[in-house]
Amino acid sequence: MAGMKKTAPVAVMGDFEDPDALLKAAEKIANAGYTTFDVYTPYPVHGLDRAMKLPKTKLSFFSLLGGLAGFFVALLMIWWTGAVDYKLNIGGKPLFAFQFAVPVTFELTVLFCALTTFAVMLVLSKLPRWYSPYQHDKGFQRAVDDLFVVVIPASDPRFILEDAMRLLENIGAKNVRVVED
Amino acid sequence: MEVQEYAGAEAKQKRWDWGKLREPLVLGEPTLHKVTADIGQIIDRPPTVKFWIAILITGTLAAIGFACIAYTVAVGIGVWGNNNPVGWGWAITNFVWWIGIGHAGTLISAILYLFQQKWRTAINRAAEAMTIFAVMQAGLFPLIHTGRPWLAVYWLFPYPNQMQMWVNFRSPLEWDVFAVGTYFTVSLVFWYTGLIPDFATLRNFFRSKVKRSVYTFFSLGWTGSTRAWRHYEMAYLILAGLSTPLVLSVHSIVSMDFAMAILPGWHTTIFPPYFVAGAIFSGFAMVITLMVIAREVLGLHNYITLYHFDNMNKILLATGMMVGYAYSMEFFIAWYGANPYEQFVFINRATGPYWWAYWTMVFCNVVVPQIFWSKKMRRNIPVMFVASILVNVGMWFERFTIIATSLHRDFLPASWGYYAPTWVEVGIYVGTIGFFLTLFMLFAKYVPIIAISEVKAVLPGSQPKHH
Repeated sequence: MAGMKKTAPVAVMGDFEDPDALLKAAEKIANAGYTTFDVYTPYPVHGLDRAMKLPKTKLSFFSLLGGLAGFFVALLMIWWTGAVDYKLNIGGKPLFAFQFAVPVTFELTVLFCALTTFAVMLVLSKLPRWYSPYQHDKGFQRAVDDLFVVVIPASDPRFILEDAMRLLENIGAKNVRVVED
Repeated sequence: MEVQEYAGAEAKQKRWDWGKLREPLVLGEPTLHKVTADIGQIIDRPPTVKFWIAILITGTLAAIGFACIAYTVAVGIGVWGNNNPVGWGWAITNFVWWIGIGHAGTLISAILYLFQQKWRTAINRAAEAMTIFAVMQAGLFPLIHTGRPWLAVYWLFPYPNQMQMWVNFRSPLEWDVFAVGTYFTVSLVFWYTGLIPDFATLRNFFRSKVKRSVYTFFSLGWTGSTRAWRHYEMAYLILAGLSTPLVLSVHSIVSMDFAMAILPGWHTTIFPPYFVAGAIFSGFAMVITLMVIAREVLGLHNYITLYHFDNMNKILLATGMMVGYAYSMEFFIAWYGANPYEQFVFINRATGPYWWAYWTMVFCNVVVPQIFWSKKMRRNIPVMFVASILVNVGMWFERFTIIATSLHRDFLPASWGYYAPTWVEVGIYVGTIGFFLTLFMLFAKYVPIIAISEVKAVLPGSQPKHH
């Protein structure tokens, strides 16, 4: 295969089946200085993100912003429509009072926060993206089923093909392979 | 004596000698791929004749319902049995009933998630689907009840219109619009978020090109990347955290539709917690009804186990006692409050023309769940199936009792009346049951009914022992 066609390696891949071994392996790859490597798993493996030395997600910050936006939009809307734009006396009740604004304000806070969370989660996860350079790899396809697949992409600043392969083999990855474009 | 007890405890411990303190969540110790295959093959195999017959029946019921809605809209709300003292009849009863049923789905998916109740994983997907479909039915009723749903747009939603009018935010009915709308949207987002990894799993499992393409599309190209999982897990946690107060707020606000009025029988502060408990009660009953059927038909015995039903029946027992407490407390306060109108309403509820509705409610909601004190009964499928249906009958009658008995004899005996539904209202109600079941069956056939990635994550040995 190698040398037959002029193709560039996209990544180096190796498989794991045991979650404990995977965790140790991820730590070693991170310690070796790779910063853009990834592990594909069929379900979230506890502690894997920390083993990979990934920073904590910033999602909750955006959720907070979304929630605050919903809170103020709701209050502003209830106050402006009822007490400014169209003053309507209904049963002598005040035109605006925070008490009757509570339910709608609460609901819109939740609504804005939930929609923001969902949207920002997609953006941070780079979704939707209906293509992956690895999608034809048989092992990679099993990563959503029953296999842990470690991937060191060629784009990693630290990437040297032989080094990466040797590292994966040394840390116990099975079926270490080069994925080509 | 003491020695004997000790020996008993030891024997009990020996039964779980394999290092687990709890019963296994999934039976048969499946491999990761077996989980994918077990759930995937439900969707992969062609639909059976039985499936189409079932869809035909429920679809026909739904069609009858929509025909009755069309008739109501075309002729007018006068084709219903609503009259002057009883302005809210079956329509609002059904609205509250359906929206209450939805609540168990969110409780299972969000509240039990926050409390780390791992047994929720096998049933959360179906329960969330039930929530969404139930809220869809609920939303129909107030809309039709307005009589002219096309005008309801500016009654319900604050949008700039040519009359330069806005909605009335001082009305609990308007709060309801936001509560139900938010509830539906957030439930849908939460449900879909949970589905993304499963769509990806099945996209690679299917052979059929059509199924692959559809599942690829809905998976959004999910790969299982840990860099994505960490955002995903945070999103799931936040959505669960949001859904928890949300679900409590929804039925509280629904109860304020009643409690904010000054009518005896409605104007009580106990309503929000009482309604929320009742909602969870009826919702769990519906989950049990649906899961008993789905488990048998789809052969999910290893995933939905007696342990799940045992737990759900315990919740049924607990929430049943809560509504029982609310019923008695309402009566007590009516007497203790020394308000003759309040006292009259409650005595009329139990002994007046609607006595049969009241006592059906008490029997189904308070007496029936008592059988679940027995562990044998909690694990008996036919018993819980019948009990769960009775509970939902009882919860329907609870809402009917609250609405009809409080309205039909108000302060002035000259304006007393009696309410009975017409065939149109019955038709719409039956139609929503048909529509609900149709949606649920299509879901069970074409969407992974068990949360695959979540089940895998709780299988023994799937997580690192030390991190």
